[in-house]
Amino acid sequence: MGELRELYQEVILDHSKRPRNFGELPGANRRAEGYNPLCGDRETVFVRLEDDLLEDVGFRGAGCAISTASASMMTEALKGKTRAQAEALFERFHDLITGKDGRNEPGTPELGKLTVFSGVREFPVRVKCATLPWHTLRAALAGTETTVSTELTEGPKAESGGA
Amino acid sequence: MSVPAPVRETTAGATRPPLDVEALRRDFPILSREVHGRPLVYLDNAATTQKPEAVISAGADMYRRSYANIHRGVHQLSVEATDAYEQAREKVRAFVNAAEAREIVFVRGTTEGINLIAQTFGRQRIGEGDEIVVTALEHHSNIVPWQLLCEEKKAHLKVVPIDRTGEVRIEELERILTPRTRIVSVAHVSNALGTLLPVRRIVEIAHSRGIPVAIDGAQAVPRLPVDVRAIGCDFYAFSAHKMYGPTGIGVLYGRADLLDSMPPFQGGGDMISSVTFAKTTWNVLPYKFEAGTPDIAGAVGLGAAVDYISKIGMENVTAHEENLLDYATGSLTGLPGLTVIGTAREKIGVLSFTLDRIHPHDIGTVLDKEGIAIRTGHHCAQPVMEFFGIPATARASLAIYNTRGEIDALTEGIRKVQRMFR
Repeated sequence: MGELRELYQEVILDHSKRPRNFGELPGANRRAEGYNPLCGDRETVFVRLEDDLLEDVGFRGAGCAISTASASMMTEALKGKTRAQAEALFERFHDLITGKDGRNEPGTPELGKLTVFSGVREFPVRVKCATLPWHTLRAALAGTETTVSTELTEGPKAESGGA
Repeated sequence: MSVPAPVRETTAGATRPPLDVEALRRDFPILSREVHGRPLVYLDNAATTQKPEAVISAGADMYRRSYANIHRGVHQLSVEATDAYEQAREKVRAFVNAAEAREIVFVRGTTEGINLIAQTFGRQRIGEGDEIVVTALEHHSNIVPWQLLCEEKKAHLKVVPIDRTGEVRIEELERILTPRTRIVSVAHVSNALGTLLPVRRIVEIAHSRGIPVAIDGAQAVPRLPVDVRAIGCDFYAFSAHKMYGPTGIGVLYGRADLLDSMPPFQGGGDMISSVTFAKTTWNVLPYKFEAGTPDIAGAVGLGAAVDYISKIGMENVTAHEENLLDYATGSLTGLPGLTVIGTAREKIGVLSFTLDRIHPHDIGTVLDKEGIAIRTGHHCAQPVMEFFGIPATARASLAIYNTRGEIDALTEGIRKVQRMFR
């Protein structure tokens, strides 16, 4: 049960049951759909981008506890960040959940509450769940209209890179 | 319109004594291992079954004692290997009651069997504007090979719908068949829902209009006595690895007259009778469809799996799985917040379910830590998930070695999931 409690921390369960910034974001000028073909999860991420700043971030969709909580906490973490900061935060987050030594470039925002996802590293097949919203965000910021799939972004092995 | 009750294709009876499951479990070495410190409870049998020692050692023994290439050596080992390979074919023939051993083509698995039909029979006989009919509960392996063919030939794939219980709406089949229908290809048992299709009835309807029928038997062959002549189908494909045999080998049964009239699937050695650069003539059945060196040891392993099941008695296997599915269905439907997906009147081997507000992926992760292996996801049947309006299900699927105690462990595990995500 120890590893399970690490994975499903109270904060994660709370966000999965009561996701924040849920629903279509009014005034969003960027959006992308993320898809995990392994479990059928779909999430749409909305961003209101002003110049280089993520003024507001929201999401909608149905997924497992990990992907829903990850999306919810991502939207909270990213509001008010620049694109570069968002990208750097994803890299740190990816390192955290894949158990790599964290990159910590100067100026990188702190992971803060996102560290509750550290338990994912003990569950390699669940890495894709946690990264789905982030890959989707990246596609939204890139302005690509196509659906982003975890199979293309994370590769055939869940623990492989991609950030 | 009322839905006719599916005709059971089996003669499952309770004449033999019940299985001694505890004794039988000792035949499967992997069942004694632990997962995450708990005894393994393996309930992912629709994905693949575990192997008895008899199957594991059959292939290894061949490599140790009687291995050489088949059908071409004059030397002793080649003769022995050829005999073993052809004996396996004969065992399979008897197992599904085909008329002749040459109607049994060894392929890699069900998927390759269906692709073979599409790429030979299909490419020869299906043209622009023609129609192929499947059902809404098919595995992707009985959808995509036909879509590829449709794309190539500008043909159309038509789908017989299912109802909310997961039964195929047979009355719709009659409406969907047209003079342009060239083949009907259906599952015998649904891998995602467990629905047992009335295949004999489907064959009757299609044949009354002169349309051949192919059956994906991957989930049926391990669970029900299958008699291809009693069903009357034209093709029947299945995989060894889902019936306690090795991976990498499966069977395509085809009626000899159809197989004879079809072009080869792949070109190469063993499938020819003579080759010159001017003209090559095909070998006789079934070798015309077995290009290259086949999975010889795999075939021998499949033969051992047939022997193993036959020794237990297929009617005992069916009775055990029906009994256990009833027990599991009763146990799980008693859990608040649990919905069984797939409630067909005729069902076997598969119990798909969802839990209120808990995603199947999370169910699978928590159960895994209890040593319980189930499948979560769309089960390679995305149209089925779409029909029920869900992204995925959790699926427990049964085999001869599963026990009521294991179902109890599953039930308790689900309670734990529910406590965790309360």
